Amino acid sequence: MVKQFRKGGAMTKLEIINRVSQETGLARNKAEKAVEGVINLIKDALSNGESVILRRFGSFEVRDKRARIGRNPKTGEEAGISARRVVRFKSGKYFKEVVNNNNN
Amino acid sequence: MTKADLVEKLAEKINLTKKQTEVIVNTVFQSITDALNQGNKVELRGFGSFRVRHRNSREGRNPKSGQKVTVPAKKVPFFKAGKELREMIDTNKDNPA
Repeated sequence: MVKQFRKGGAMTKLEIINRVSQETGLARNKAEKAVEGVINLIKDALSNGESVILRRFGSFEVRDKRARIGRNPKTGEEAGISARRVVRFKSGKYFKEVVNNNNN
Repeated sequence: MTKADLVEKLAEKINLTKKQTEVIVNTVFQSITDALNQGNKVELRGFGSFRVRHRNSREGRNPKSGQKVTVPAKKVPFFKAGKELREMIDTNKDNPA
């Protein structure tokens, strides 16, 4: 069980690779390829404008934002924000419940 | 893309059976869920980060009856896309979402 996280309690790709390797018995380099593969396949789908729907965990979708006038919150200065495309993550019911029902 | 599609594509990519690949995919997302459950964040370089956001309790209204209700404070998973992913998505504006 990997419990030691670097960088102030942040889990990194490395810990996920270790866990995949433990769980499946795959060699570390194979587990690394697999984890990279998961991330890259999600990225590819999103950059094609395709949503990624993972039951329980949540869904990633791409949204188009219209151009608008924003304001620098520090200076109050107006700044134009051009139309852009962003990723939105909506957590699934199971993920929400797990996170909300702990006592941390 | 659903989880089944993801498993199928990944299985082909890494030359494992769909069954083995499904365990991998489940483990990846379960690891993220567990980390947040333990109060940790998850940082995946080039992709983004997952962390827990606290929402204070607030007065809400039942949209049907108009009745006031107190929405309790809660913790929700939050994903922030990393720079590489943000740029990758934004330069692909030509493909309609």
